[in-house]
Amino acid sequence: MSKRHVTTTIDGEGREFLCEDWQTLLDVLRDVLMKTGTKEGCGTGDCGACSVLLDGRLVCSCLMLAAEAEGRVIETVEGMAEGDRLHPLQQHFLQEAALQCGICTPGFLVAARALLAQNPDPSEREVRFWLAGNLCRCTGYDKIVRAVLAAAAEMRGAEA
Amino acid sequence: MEYASPRSLDEAIGLLSQAGVDARPMAGGTDLLVQLRTGARRPELLVDLKQIPGLCGIDCGSQGFRIGAAVSGAEIGECLPLREAWPGVVEAAELIGSTQIQGRASLGGNLCNASPAADSVPALIAAGAVCTLIGPAGRREVPVDDIVRGPGETALGEAEIIVDFRLPRPQDGTGDAYQRMIPRTEMDIAIVGAGVSVRVAESGECLACRVALGAVAARPIRVDEAAAALMGRRPDSEALEELAARASAAADPIDDKRGTRAYRTRVAGVLARRAAEEALRRAGDRWAARSQSS
Repeated sequence: MSKRHVTTTIDGEGREFLCEDWQTLLDVLRDVLMKTGTKEGCGTGDCGACSVLLDGRLVCSCLMLAAEAEGRVIETVEGMAEGDRLHPLQQHFLQEAALQCGICTPGFLVAARALLAQNPDPSEREVRFWLAGNLCRCTGYDKIVRAVLAAAAEMRGAEA
Repeated sequence: MEYASPRSLDEAIGLLSQAGVDARPMAGGTDLLVQLRTGARRPELLVDLKQIPGLCGIDCGSQGFRIGAAVSGAEIGECLPLREAWPGVVEAAELIGSTQIQGRASLGGNLCNASPAADSVPALIAAGAVCTLIGPAGRREVPVDDIVRGPGETALGEAEIIVDFRLPRPQDGTGDAYQRMIPRTEMDIAIVGAGVSVRVAESGECLACRVALGAVAARPIRVDEAAAALMGRRPDSEALEELAARASAAADPIDDKRGTRAYRTRVAGVLARRAAEEALRRAGDRWAARSQSS
């Protein structure tokens, strides 16, 4: 069978790709488009490492077929920095040492960005519940939560 | 495996009928894509239902609510009129998985996956939700209570799909609630889930009650004998204790790593009572709001 042609927007750029019907969006991001910023952890929707935004909605790219991306807008961790300027979340993850091995980090960044887009001033509890679908086996989460709260404060300040 | 994304119900039913048992309908895909990955299911055709208008969107009409079977948990949570009318159904839908899963998982998928522990199902049964099914033989309406037969098994015919869920406008004095017990704070499968809806008179007398339990039998169960403990009386602590005892008596759970049979049986009563208390509180709040506004 011939491959499927999909037209989509990824990180602000119009992208077309060919895929097999069984391939997930994560497979295509990493293995076809070579956008390896998005990570594969469990592949079953439990760890959140593959988190992306689909039309602004946080989803696991491992639990979505690439064919479903037709006509949709996808945002990954690779669209967060502007050139050399890191997103405030990325900057605060560095400052707070909110990562060790780094595999979970892209998923946390994308998920945290989605949270702050709809709730610019979350409580610590809200951050923890929102990020419950992102697993980190290194940091123990406290530094991640601190980084998200610090980034939120900076982003609110920038807008004021 | 091939993927199809039909734009109409006719097209979807046609594709599913043609492929027969080799086809599988998909809504959010959060259970199904995991089953494909593990090899638990090997369909030749996946029919994505999310592009069909009838399965999308929530309508809030004067008669009641229509929730598309493929609507995501996140969209359900954002629908304020639905949250206001049926808070128990909405809180149950929002308990399915993480934020990421909420972006995709649907009521139709949660029901058709037919897990005994599905969170939205006891709440929908308690609320008296009815689903619209469409298949090669036409359209029929079936209470949610009659859909799940056992683990992974439903009453749906071949090539039949769930289109939407209907809930009435709640009458005065109605309240519903869903409570779930899991071994940790977030992201786990229910040891017990309890959905309760009540309708109380302004005097506090209970006029109607439905109790449904998840994860304590091979399918989500409606426990009418527990509901009967409140009917026709003011639900005092004696009545609620009776409801709890009857809920525990109806439980026939498994023993597994999440909870022993004895523990699940006991928790079934505790949660049924707590859900009933919350539903009664909400029903009372509704009367209070009504008398304030008049």
